[in-house]
Amino acid sequence: MAKAKVAFYWCASCGGCEEAVIDLNEDILKVVDAVDIVFWPVALDFKYKDIEAMKDGEIAVSFINGAIRNSEQEEIVKLLRKKSGLVVAFGSCSHLGGIPGLANFHDREAILTRSYETAPTVVNPDRILPQLSTKMPEGELTLPEFSETVKALDQVIDVDYYLPGCAPPADLIMGAVTAILEGNLPEKGSVLAPEKSLCGDCPRGEKKPEKLVMKDVKRVHEIIPDPEKCFLEEGLICLGPATRSGCDSRCIKANMPCRGCFGPTKEVRDQGAKMASAIASILGLEGEEEFSEEKAAEIVNKIADPAGTFYRFSLPSSLLRTRKRE
Amino acid sequence: MAKRITINPITRLEGHGKIEIFLDDKGDVENAYFQVPELRGFEQFCVDRPADEMPRITTRICGVCPMAHHMAATKTLDDLFHVEPTPTARKIRELLYSIFMVEDHTLHFVYLGGPDFVVGPDAPATERNILGVIGKVGLEAAGKVIDTRKRLRAIITNIGGKIIHPVFGLPGGVSKGITEEEREEIVKVAKDTVEFAQFLLKLFDDVVLKNKTYVDLIVGDIYKHNTYYMGMVDENNHVNFYDGELRVVSPGGKEIAKFKAQDYLEHIAEHVEPWSYIKFPYLKAIGWKGFVDGEESGVYRVAPLARLNASDGMATPLAQSEYERMFDTLGGKPVHNTLAFHWARLVEALYAAERMLELAADPELTGTNIRNIPTATPDEGIGVVEAPRGTLFHHYQTDKDGILTGVNLIVATVNNSAAMCMSIKKAASGLIKGGNVSEGLLNMVEMAFRAYDPCLACATHSLPGEMPLEVNLYDSNKNLIRTIKRD
Ligand code: SF4
Ligand code: SF4
Ligand code: SF4
Repeated sequence: MAKAKVAFYWCASCGGCEEAVIDLNEDILKVVDAVDIVFWPVALDFKYKDIEAMKDGEIAVSFINGAIRNSEQEEIVKLLRKKSGLVVAFGSCSHLGGIPGLANFHDREAILTRSYETAPTVVNPDRILPQLSTKMPEGELTLPEFSETVKALDQVIDVDYYLPGCAPPADLIMGAVTAILEGNLPEKGSVLAPEKSLCGDCPRGEKKPEKLVMKDVKRVHEIIPDPEKCFLEEGLICLGPATRSGCDSRCIKANMPCRGCFGPTKEVRDQGAKMASAIASILGLEGEEEFSEEKAAEIVNKIADPAGTFYRFSLPSSLLRTRKRE
Repeated sequence: MAKRITINPITRLEGHGKIEIFLDDKGDVENAYFQVPELRGFEQFCVDRPADEMPRITTRICGVCPMAHHMAATKTLDDLFHVEPTPTARKIRELLYSIFMVEDHTLHFVYLGGPDFVVGPDAPATERNILGVIGKVGLEAAGKVIDTRKRLRAIITNIGGKIIHPVFGLPGGVSKGITEEEREEIVKVAKDTVEFAQFLLKLFDDVVLKNKTYVDLIVGDIYKHNTYYMGMVDENNHVNFYDGELRVVSPGGKEIAKFKAQDYLEHIAEHVEPWSYIKFPYLKAIGWKGFVDGEESGVYRVAPLARLNASDGMATPLAQSEYERMFDTLGGKPVHNTLAFHWARLVEALYAAERMLELAADPELTGTNIRNIPTATPDEGIGVVEAPRGTLFHHYQTDKDGILTGVNLIVATVNNSAAMCMSIKKAASGLIKGGNVSEGLLNMVEMAFRAYDPCLACATHSLPGEMPLEVNLYDSNKNLIRTIKRD
């Protein structure tokens, strides 16, 4: 039997997802052995036209990382969709928009103006901005267009599976590859990671009091947290309750609260909204004597940048999507 | 009969880096442009975020050198919140930073830059990659490379939380300490790493320096630019990656500036061109004179060779003797030959390994006082580290609650952007005469910018180390007349 054809592609990526593949170490040799990699721009010399020449559905699976930031990327992922049996969104940026998705809080013009005009090191009296086309003495130079907003992969094409995390851990990558090769896949649209929330997995979860109460809100640099207590109990925002498990509590083991890179669990539609309600419930808004409404409001107001924190990795795919425009 | 050559390094569909070469009527190079078609806009979208989150946000600028951004951001927070890290925290940070430097330099040498030399610039393209390297150096040595990388990355994961995008940096310290047991293990790995770095230098000696063709390439004019150099130095003017002052030397090797990170605005400015999303930094005192070298031009270079040129030596003994040997062999300081970046990178890898061992052996490393909590009101902070690919500046302004109001970043590779354009043009000009484009051009042009280890696109990420290249040659009616493709 012919080996399954596999493609890797990156859009607006930091390269961390590509490193995650290299970090499979010896296991990568197993993957290379079991499949036929037909496209991997960072490693192999297959071109756009090689993909175009393939039959529809000829690629068994395409793994795509990075957010969608320009039309060129849109075009390629559409092509890959056509040629692939399965498409897996690889990593937070592709899954939910990721950190580059925070750009959706700002408009395109503001981003360009800051970079090329008002940054303190820039000397640009003629207010030159990068142009789609520039006539040089020798000929024309072109650049692709920086789009209005950042999108997650499934806002551009149909996605079969999601591999969460920034970057996804090696065991989940191997698990996904094995499941695909063995045809042992869950229902379409599944996230290939455990179902429970991070709190259910967290080493600090066991010591969590029966009724967790958050008396105050602190920021990470303001206190030294007890390495065994739940962060929320200490007043530090931890996205554990609204985040899927499967990362081996990596940040928490380093004594830092979760920022939600694995995205929401299955039941949760919107990670940020879920987190906001989780906080509201432990602030004791439901009749805790020691909390007046004013006091609760005061505490909530202490959350610095709630939107940017609750939607750290998921803004483009959230109910908010982008900043409201006038 | 004007012609245009497009080199789209990552294949047409990727588009993180692109080269356009224009030929004149004689078929010689009239001009060449190295374009960067990407922008993600961190400087703007970090605004309104809490500053204390920056070490965890800016890591996403680059997943290949996330530690450099993590550390630059953390140091910027020390400055912003007016707090000093505790001595133990400082050592933990520098230890993890040293581990990262040696690991990253090794990756570049073995997987990316090295194949050109270890296997050969004119070897068949199919062998000029990591597999070719393995063929040449043997499986045992290759196993050593994979194993060393794995052990180094495991230490960072354990202490820093994550290897890709670490999380442990906080203003005034770190989130997690090191146990005695962990320290002993790190000492073991560090000893092996020092040996490993020496092994790589020996390899460079055997396969590069003993081969006249390679030496001629290194010292030849095609890869040479007389520029200024910048790098961070300690109080003895020795190379330092984590802390110190920035020193700038002229093309003649004279110190022309030495300044603290906080004064960077007085020394560095950035020029904008309409044909690239990347900006072009230059020395303010000299000014922007275009893509030219020499004393009159403000173009400067950063990264391994620049750091060695800008310093008086290395702070550890083995690296110091390698430093001396390099400059003796290449005819004294400063060395302007771009390909010597590879050699300098290995000297630095040895320094980073020795520094790792020194720090691992320090009993203070396992102290429990790992954080000072900031008490002052935040306002403005600037932090700098030497990333593998050069000096990295972070600059934040906040309101009194530490919410960001302004962010400026000069990312390592950006410092070299003008020099890379010049290197591309010079290599192309030296190779393309009378309209003849040989297959050799492909690798030779690649080598001109691969030496910088640019963190733009696949040059830093490729495995097995070969960058696919396609050169399209068009006639004046824009008809494709020839495609040269390396596969
Ligand atoms: S998910 Fe994370 S590691 Fe992957 S590309 Fe995005 S920022 Fe980088
Ligand atoms: S909120 Fe965070 S610290 Fe608390 S149990 Fe959940 S994941 Fe763990
Ligand atoms: S703890 Fe949270 S932020 Fe950290 S890796 Fe896990 S899911 Fe991602």
